[in-house]
Amino acid sequence: MGLLDRLAPRRNESDVPANPSVSAEDPIFATKALRKFLTSLTARESPVLLDLGPVVGSNVSFFGEQLGCKIFVEDIFADLSRHLRTGVLDELPAFLKKRFPQESGSVDGILCWDLIDYMDRPAAHELAHELTRVLRPDGALLAFFANTPPRDTRYTKYVIVDEVNLKHRSYEAGRGRQPILLNRDIIRLFSGLRVTDSFLLQNNLREILFRKPAYLPTEST
Amino acid sequence: MEKDIVNIGKSVVIKGELNGSEDLTIEGHVEGTIQLKENVLTIGANGRIKAQVFAKSVIVLGEVTGNVTASDKVDIRDNGSVDGDIIAPRVAIAEGAHFRGSVDMQRKGGPGQPAKPAEPKPQAQPQRVGA
Repeated sequence: MGLLDRLAPRRNESDVPANPSVSAEDPIFATKALRKFLTSLTARESPVLLDLGPVVGSNVSFFGEQLGCKIFVEDIFADLSRHLRTGVLDELPAFLKKRFPQESGSVDGILCWDLIDYMDRPAAHELAHELTRVLRPDGALLAFFANTPPRDTRYTKYVIVDEVNLKHRSYEAGRGRQPILLNRDIIRLFSGLRVTDSFLLQNNLREILFRKPAYLPTEST
Repeated sequence: MEKDIVNIGKSVVIKGELNGSEDLTIEGHVEGTIQLKENVLTIGANGRIKAQVFAKSVIVLGEVTGNVTASDKVDIRDNGSVDGDIIAPRVAIAEGAHFRGSVDMQRKGGPGQPAKPAEPKPQAQPQRVGA
């Protein structure tokens, strides 16, 4: 297999999912962290999930069937676009500070997707702080980070095909990815969490799974 | 035997409690509470609901503001909109649908029975990196 083949999105006819909402045109990429994220939640009875992306019906069904969980869908990408559109991006950190109604330590898992890549540092910092606050001790947070310079101004919906494959469905965004974060920047950003798994995929996406240390008091971050 | 289906037309406005034992399609406006515990409630494309909804199945093509509880399924179709929390064992949300709130699904196989994880496929193996 040549280098270009290895970097290109994988298209495998045998992988065509039964879910009609998954378009055949969307490229499929492998994921390693999603399965670990799921494993971290299966021990919990009726876990609570927080999804920061746009609602994807098949993902809601997937998590419901896999985990029997309660999912809060809070589309922060839409909030970011609205702040950009109305020219009040500098107000985003203050908005995020009040954005999450969930009580401290009440959420078992957070799907952050690649949201941080599109945010300025102050907003990213406030978001990370709030996510750390709502995550329960030993809870898990899954985040993606690009490893290559930004190229276009599109968000990505991550549509779960199965535990090891995601369809990447791009849609119009208010802005492109901001300058890439180094691993040390990411670790500092989520200083209240610890990295348990980190993968660099062949599509240059970093998948990082964080856990909140069980011994830290909720409000200490 | 023909199944009874009741329609509430576009020009009808109802405020209060709506109970029934027949399938119901709403194209008008309803505010309050809707209870069709053994039946299917369809919010038509023109339907505008501000209510707490309890039904066996709920199909949303219009707009619902309020919590929706179904013993079987909630189905938000393309261009359907729900602002509120959903409790149902099965939930389907179409690609063009709007949803804001939470979804609470009971596990099909009962609590404590996680689904068996799928085996990873050999393609596109990632490299592990130090963080």
